[in-house]
Amino acid sequence: MRRVVVTGLGLVTPLGADVETTWKNILASKSGAGPITKFDASDQKCKIACEVKPADHEYGFDANKRVDPKIQRQVDPFIVFGIDAAGQALEDAGLTDLDEATKLRAGCSIGSGIGGLPGIESESLVLANRGPGRVSPHFVHGRLINLISGQVSIKYGLKGPNHAVVTACSTGAHSIGDAARMIRDDDADIMLAGGAESTICPIGIAGFAQARALNCSFNDRPEQASRPYDKDRDGFVMGEGAGVLVLEEYEHAKARGAKIYAEVVGYGLSGDAYHVTAPDPEMDGAYRSMAAALKKAGMTPADIDYINAHGTSTMADTIELGAVRRLFGDAMDSVSMSSTKSAIGHLLGGAGAVESIFCILAMRDQIVPPTLNLDSPSEGCEGVDLVAHTARKREVRAVLNNSFGFGGTNASLIMKKID
Amino acid sequence: MSDTADRVKKIVVEHLGVEADKVTEDASFIDDLGADSLDIVELVMAFEEEFGVEIPDDAAEKISTVSDAIKYIDENKG
Repeated sequence: MRRVVVTGLGLVTPLGADVETTWKNILASKSGAGPITKFDASDQKCKIACEVKPADHEYGFDANKRVDPKIQRQVDPFIVFGIDAAGQALEDAGLTDLDEATKLRAGCSIGSGIGGLPGIESESLVLANRGPGRVSPHFVHGRLINLISGQVSIKYGLKGPNHAVVTACSTGAHSIGDAARMIRDDDADIMLAGGAESTICPIGIAGFAQARALNCSFNDRPEQASRPYDKDRDGFVMGEGAGVLVLEEYEHAKARGAKIYAEVVGYGLSGDAYHVTAPDPEMDGAYRSMAAALKKAGMTPADIDYINAHGTSTMADTIELGAVRRLFGDAMDSVSMSSTKSAIGHLLGGAGAVESIFCILAMRDQIVPPTLNLDSPSEGCEGVDLVAHTARKREVRAVLNNSFGFGGTNASLIMKKID
Repeated sequence: MSDTADRVKKIVVEHLGVEADKVTEDASFIDDLGADSLDIVELVMAFEEEFGVEIPDDAAEKISTVSDAIKYIDENKG
């Protein structure tokens, strides 16, 4: 069977515009949260978010580095983040200059949970206030979710599968899993896989706040607002950014002497068939998704050293933990589980990809990233290593990443170090 | 150079992201300045905005160079 490995990484997050800066800040227990600066949020219930920082910030994002200014003007920020992260991943993998035969076997699977909400909002206002003749001709293709994959394929000449997953907050994980299957099934030798999101705009914040999903009680203490598993958790903090990985067929990577970060060995998917936003109280869907990934990997829970939890800082955290406990049994004693959403917020469709990259870096550096703000663990967290407050060195041979989305959609990925 | 020409060229430079010295009056938006059909729709909208003129689709289709744009605007602005 064709094996799939990871050979390149790219990140744009609220804690850095590249992989190493973000990771350094994650390990230093920094928070990317702050008051919303992208628009006047004074009339919103939620006034905080984890924004990608502007170019002049210590770890800000400079869109001009990899994205043509003309494209920047035409598309929503999630596409700009995605193009940049994809470029980083290709550069990291040493795959920026491809011959024609390689291009035909290289594709994209970069999705988003929501897509171009800020642009939909602003152009709707143009339509309402100034009429249809003033709506931008770039409106549609500047907002569509599959346009990261589209733009990236055009920029780098990638002519293989061109795909984009839309499964809310499990988009990033599904994107990686689907792309790995495309390589395994011989549709491609190389796939750029990941997700991006940027919905910190008035309608985005208002919509999630009205759905009672956002934290609205820590507006004066933004850095403490995302607190997975903590008793005082009260909803997620919206993040933004992108994560993109280069997935590559193992022999292909080996033949060109590529740096190999990890192997994608397990991918599980399931549906809750329960409720549009609330998790099944038994988290049966999450349990089946994790179990399926383990089965595919041919592993037992004891083989997993680190779990990057979905852990959004909502009531669902402990329900997820319950499902993990049910699946892991005695192996719960040896696994570490944390939520990096405590530091960068919830990147929605980007989350699964960004967090998979953190999992890979945890294996590379043999260190597990922390769950910030976990001052008083909730009932049900007893006896679980949730890596409170500070990162910790430990052996990390294999990792599990969970992502769950509105609609009751679940994805679990297992990756392991390669000998 | 007329005031219209200056303003038209400024818009073209901004929207197409091209060097100002390439935007000569003879320059074709598609052949010389790298525009596609949607860029032209956007340019026409920007001209309408800047000069308060209405450029109907049949007239917009005939605007292919910088001088075509300047000429149309000079003849039709209020």
